[in-house]
Amino acid sequence: MRIRCPYCGERPSEEFTYLGDAAPERPLSNEPSSMDEWFDYVYLRDNPKGVMQEYWHHSGGCRSWIVAVRDTETHEISSTVAARDFAKGRGR
Amino acid sequence: MSGHRLSQGGLIDRSAPLKFTFDGKPYQGFRGDTLASAILANGVSLVGRSFKYHRPRGIMTASSAEPNALVELREGARTEPNTRMTMVELYDGLIAKSQNRWPSLNFDIGSINQLASPIFVAGFYYKTFMWPKAFWEKLYEPMIRRAAGLGRATHEPDPDRYEKAYAHCDVLVIGAGPAGLSAAVTAGRAGARVLLADEGPVLGGSLLYENEEIDATSGSDWAQEVVAELVSLRDVTLMPRTTVFGWYDDNIFGAVERVADHKMVPGPHEPRQRYWRILAKRAILATGAEERALVFGGNDRPGVMLASAVRSYVNRYAVSPGRTAIVFTNNASGYRTSRDLRSKGIRVAAVMDSRKDAPKLDSGGAPIVAGAVITRVEGGRDIERVAFERGRGQERLECDFVAMSGGFNPNVHLACHRGAKPEWKEDIQAFSAPRNGSRFVAVGAANGSMLISQCLREGAEAGAQAANEAGFRSKAAPTPLTKDESYNIKPLWWVKEGSSKAFVDFQNDVTAKDILLTVQEGYRHVELTKRYTTLGMATDGGRMSGINGSGIVAEATGKSIAEVGTTTFRPYYTPVSFGVIAGPFKGHHFQPVRQTPLHEWAEENGAVFVETGLWMRSSWFPRKGESDWLESVIREVKATRESVGLCDVSTLGKIDIQGSDAAEFLNRVYCNGWNTLEVGKARYGLMLREDGIVFDDGTTSRLGEDHFFMTTTTANAARVMSHLEFCHQALWPDLDVQYVSVTEQWAQMAVAGPMARRSLQKICENVELNDQTFPYLAAKEIKILGGVTARLFRISFSGEHAYELSVPADYGNMTARALMHAGREFGITPYGVEALSVMRIEKGHVAGGELNGTTTATDLGLERMMSKKKDYIGRMMAQREEMTRKDREMVVGIRPVNQNDRLRAGAHILSKGDAASMENDQGYVSSVAFSPMLGRWVGLALCKRGRERHGEIVQLFDGVYGVHLEAELCDPVHYDKENRKLYA
Repeated sequence: MRIRCPYCGERPSEEFTYLGDAAPERPLSNEPSSMDEWFDYVYLRDNPKGVMQEYWHHSGGCRSWIVAVRDTETHEISSTVAARDFAKGRGR
Repeated sequence: MSGHRLSQGGLIDRSAPLKFTFDGKPYQGFRGDTLASAILANGVSLVGRSFKYHRPRGIMTASSAEPNALVELREGARTEPNTRMTMVELYDGLIAKSQNRWPSLNFDIGSINQLASPIFVAGFYYKTFMWPKAFWEKLYEPMIRRAAGLGRATHEPDPDRYEKAYAHCDVLVIGAGPAGLSAAVTAGRAGARVLLADEGPVLGGSLLYENEEIDATSGSDWAQEVVAELVSLRDVTLMPRTTVFGWYDDNIFGAVERVADHKMVPGPHEPRQRYWRILAKRAILATGAEERALVFGGNDRPGVMLASAVRSYVNRYAVSPGRTAIVFTNNASGYRTSRDLRSKGIRVAAVMDSRKDAPKLDSGGAPIVAGAVITRVEGGRDIERVAFERGRGQERLECDFVAMSGGFNPNVHLACHRGAKPEWKEDIQAFSAPRNGSRFVAVGAANGSMLISQCLREGAEAGAQAANEAGFRSKAAPTPLTKDESYNIKPLWWVKEGSSKAFVDFQNDVTAKDILLTVQEGYRHVELTKRYTTLGMATDGGRMSGINGSGIVAEATGKSIAEVGTTTFRPYYTPVSFGVIAGPFKGHHFQPVRQTPLHEWAEENGAVFVETGLWMRSSWFPRKGESDWLESVIREVKATRESVGLCDVSTLGKIDIQGSDAAEFLNRVYCNGWNTLEVGKARYGLMLREDGIVFDDGTTSRLGEDHFFMTTTTANAARVMSHLEFCHQALWPDLDVQYVSVTEQWAQMAVAGPMARRSLQKICENVELNDQTFPYLAAKEIKILGGVTARLFRISFSGEHAYELSVPADYGNMTARALMHAGREFGITPYGVEALSVMRIEKGHVAGGELNGTTTATDLGLERMMSKKKDYIGRMMAQREEMTRKDREMVVGIRPVNQNDRLRAGAHILSKGDAASMENDQGYVSSVAFSPMLGRWVGLALCKRGRERHGEIVQLFDGVYGVHLEAELCDPVHYDKENRKLYA
């Protein structure tokens, strides 16, 4: 399988390391009232059959973290974006 | 014993005779033969014994689906068990042996299993060997293992090389029969990069043995012309002897090329096999179809062969399996075989067609018996006659071999490897390849198209489409003129008349009655039938048996075969050797070896190395006269604590961090704060995971306002780097910070002990080392040895007055040697990770045993490091109730009450008087060492409420080592509690 790194182009999947779901967003609050939010962020993950956003690390390449949109049923990766740009898109 | 070579014809080279032996007996064949064709030509029909019943077996196919003719090939270290004779190209000096027989192939004691066959029915493992229970290990299993099984692997290392290779192409064509050849040549003419792979040594597929006429030339001549054109096309690569075994994500195919299996010994610099990973923009499945066996009494006897295999032996190899044939068929294939046999002058006693309303087909003059089924094959060692029925009671007819055809199964395997199920086609009574979109299409017989004209047309069209989709301009040429032979079939899954064993899976000895019994016992799903009977689970992957099995299950359950379906197709299509999977990655090439920049220095000083991940670390430095590691380690610790020691700590992870937000970045990844760290100072840092558990620790130094130098543990070096990258890129991309791993750029050594400063001073250029210029936790760049830039840190893991010195990696050995020279007057002593570990345990410093992925900062006694003023990774989750429970296991010192007792890591802690049980478990010993300074074993433990229990006497229990002793919980710092030596 090949994955398109936003910096290096299409590279074999062996150069990448998988982390997991990119949907959960790290809460900004450190108030005790935000504990449930934190719990969701650290532990709760969907396990969809179909399209999901995932963190992959180009660990055997340029060391960029990327967010790939992958179909868990077909393993097809329809798009990739640098995690940096993904985060900025969320207003980080 | 009536197989023989025909006087003319065949694609063999009669001018090149080859000698070989089978079970020690010498034989002769020709270049172009397979081992199977050569052994048949020599009149040998019995080549092996079956798995369960040890029944005599012969050659059934001429293909890679062969279930019976498995032999041990070659000798000594090159012995290869379970090779299919039909796939072994004959070479001069070939040595083969039969398998699964004792004492000999002709007289085999195991064949008495047949008499006991009532106990070997479906599921016999589950039914027969259940009691008494103790018999399983001692009696049943060894007995089964010896009696069953196939060939034996050699214990000698494989002397041959195996390679791995990658290929990229526009169009991959799998199979070089009529469909594959026209696909490849069409795409190739358009200029596409084409790979054409075929498992055989000669390209042509069925054209090599079928009597076909294409554009007024013979099929095999047409094939040779196309191959010649393909050779002339620059971007076409032909891969004969290459089996594509699997289809994977993203249109990647796995293949094995048998580079030198057809030679006695691979040539110099030549691998035996090559493992290909092929990335194809488009791929075409042109794997043809495998003929189906018929299921009738005695269908496994040597001399019963597939009708198409008979054609292959007669036409391609000029070998007749016998003198008189009987053909048993339910479709046109049998008639074709009859014609081909008759044209070579071989007698055909009858074509028995199971169809009462069989269409009038040309048998070449042989008598046709319509509506007849063979019920039993009879004879002694060789076939003498068959018993058959056509509604007039049992009749008999003489013959010495039988050609059978139950129809054809398209070779759909690869097209199903990614989950699609094959599609049932009523007109050909077979499953054909599923639609997988245009990236991988099936053509010809694999697609269920049984006519030669269809194969040529579909191949050309698919070749053109694939080339177009890969960016070329291509058009299929007009289909050549052919003479099609119509194909129709009436299914015959099982001849129920007759009582002798009718085999479905020949390799695993599964009969039609076994399947029936399985269905009766309730295993009605075809996947359950497979597992209960072992149908299709042999090395042939069920290629001969799977569809017949589905047909019989369908009949027995009253379902249609389309409803019953097939079992799951998974890689590998044919067996793949472990050697080629491992490739060159064996022995010391199994994984890389990382040597530190001080490796040479360590070797010069006699280090014993230990593997730590990929690293080779110096473990201890034995001297003459020392009897074991402990003696050396005790000496190293004493020398260091009493004078000075030198230790290689280069394996620590080192990360250079720069940027205007560097301090803020550290604030967020460490639980302690970094704003107040002065330039020129080092600080101990503790990293948590987001779930609040401790992740890693190390010292980080501020070399400039915006410049830090982080160290991590050896084990977590790569993980911390990835973590920093994640935190920066995915969480806080706005931070102005850059970082890079410099683990391999710096050699780092610890210089520890009362004489460390005086030793170091001698190699320093521009600095006077004292408590003002270099107080505890100082971290500065200095010059040493005539101008080498170094970084000096006054930090200590040993508890001694100590330094860590970093120099560019290339200066590592030189610097270490210079330090040895400088410290000679003080008796400077190299010490390894064992002594390092002893000293950290004496000092109660936590390491891997305590930073074990379950402990919190509080558990480690480091709760004061957790800042309350800032957000950092792990802050919130570390506050959860579970993480702050008072009775968590926390770090505590431990020492045996009896000074002479030995401690062992892993021993469990029990309160005094408690029995050894899980409920009473109080924790365990995490690290132990013999303390040379205290003259006794000391350790660290993780113990419930450990910190409140200093002074308590507990029991230590270790069932593995049979240890049960009393110990005292105590302060983790066993040695120099006041840290006097650190500041001395």
